Amino acid sequence: MSIDVREYLKPHKMLTLEERLGLVKRRFADESHITVDQDAFRADEQKAVLFMCPAKVFELNEDDGSCIVNYEDCLECGTCQVARRYTTWNNPQGGYGVTYHYG
Amino acid sequence: MAWKTIADMSDEKFEVVIVGAGPAGAVAALALAREGVEVLVLERGDFPGAKNLFGGILYTSVVNELLPEFWETAPVERHIVNRRWMALDEDTQIGLDLKSAKFDVPPYNNTFTALRSKWDRWFAEQAEEAGAMIICETNVEELIVEDGKVIGLRTGRRDGDVYADVVILAEGANALLAERAGFRPLMAPRNRVNAVKEVIALPPEIIEDRFHLEGNQGMALEYFGGAVKGTVGSGFIYTNHDSLSVGVGCLIEEFLRLNMAPYDMLDWFKAHPMIAPLLRGGETVEYATKMIPEDSYDSLSDLYEDGLLLIGDCAGLVNPSIHHEGTNLAMASGVAAAETVLAARKAGDFSKARLAEYRARLEDSWVMKDLKRYRDTVHFLLDNRELIDEYPDLAIRLIRRYFTIDDTPKDDVLKELWKMIRSEVNFLKMARQMWRARKTML
Repeated sequence: MSIDVREYLKPHKMLTLEERLGLVKRRFADESHITVDQDAFRADEQKAVLFMCPAKVFELNEDDGSCIVNYEDCLECGTCQVARRYTTWNNPQGGYGVTYHYG
Repeated sequence: MAWKTIADMSDEKFEVVIVGAGPAGAVAALALAREGVEVLVLERGDFPGAKNLFGGILYTSVVNELLPEFWETAPVERHIVNRRWMALDEDTQIGLDLKSAKFDVPPYNNTFTALRSKWDRWFAEQAEEAGAMIICETNVEELIVEDGKVIGLRTGRRDGDVYADVVILAEGANALLAERAGFRPLMAPRNRVNAVKEVIALPPEIIEDRFHLEGNQGMALEYFGGAVKGTVGSGFIYTNHDSLSVGVGCLIEEFLRLNMAPYDMLDWFKAHPMIAPLLRGGETVEYATKMIPEDSYDSLSDLYEDGLLLIGDCAGLVNPSIHHEGTNLAMASGVAAAETVLAARKAGDFSKARLAEYRARLEDSWVMKDLKRYRDTVHFLLDNRELIDEYPDLAIRLIRRYFTIDDTPKDDVLKELWKMIRSEVNFLKMARQMWRARKTML
């Protein structure tokens, strides 16, 4: 098989986070494995979990200032809980969650 | 190979139960199974490696002792013959380049690129062939402790309590069981890195051409300073067979300080003019993230309890210096744990006092010697930021100016350089920092 080298001179296509998350195989559990103490989240001026999560699992509910947890997007690093102890992270049920193809 | 996924384990008793089938857990299982020990490994992923990640370099001294010439059959990607460590500012790079034909012959400097979903799976199969039982899709929810002694595990399965003479925790960087049982200090923004990585597909011929490689040769490039906005962290590119592992890892405290998302740091790195050309034509095929433990030697827990041993990332066994070693420490700890358990089994004693032999074995080995040597690296960098932002930046400007051709007489160029140094550097402070850096980082 011969390669067309010109194909590989084009700039690398940067993907949005959503596109990147779409590349990861996941099996969704029915229940969230992440909980948030909403009072503590409201009191967190930095709202650290909103940017600290590499999968953007946490979203601000503009209406009431609470934290929405899109646990289906979770890539299971556990960083949220280390950054802010008002999140509680448990392993998803066995067999659920992320399966990396490359890793 | 079909992994056992359904088993009625109710009230099962094993000699050893290991939590996690990553490199640490699989090595311990392999070493124990070879000696005829009845060992069960519980893994929460669909298969060993399904949820595992690292930057991309596997250090294989321990593997080669257990499975000589593993590279003939194991799914490693490339052996590293060329390493580069580079500092960037916004448009320039300087660095150290090490390439050697000595690394091109077995055992290949014990340094290979790998993809964990493939490697861990293969490695766990070797443990299984040696007689270890591996059950996947099984989440361990808590340790069963009786009179201060760990006697088993509660799994997420129905009637899923499992008992053992000794439990080995190899649960990884997100050390939930160890932390919640009080067997390790709290994970914190200062002792955990968040790393994000993309696997970027490229044909082998393009990789070999672009990185000046032949056959299975590989390259490891690490970037500091402006590559990661002057944070305690780094960016990396590692060549796999037909893909690149490209990522950044920074202390969580650093992301919090900058109010910055890990994927934004990754995009910043990928778009850098020194990096982007290396990624041309590549297609992102996976995005992944993990934490990396950077617990200092001084804050490690005992790593052994009554009926329990901690190995690998959950024990905090990562060299946080420029060496960035992790998998080899994990596997060495797995071997030390297995040898300790074999001795304990002979004595019929799995008490904390008996299992202290594990820590003694680690202390006698390069594992703890290295962790001791680099016990202050992370804190030293956080307290002496000049070493990761101002000094590399100044070095880049000095070297660039020295080699800039604009018909300035070299005498005048040298005067300019001295002026830059004098105006930007506090010599006494730098001398002190360099002295301490020599002791804490080299």
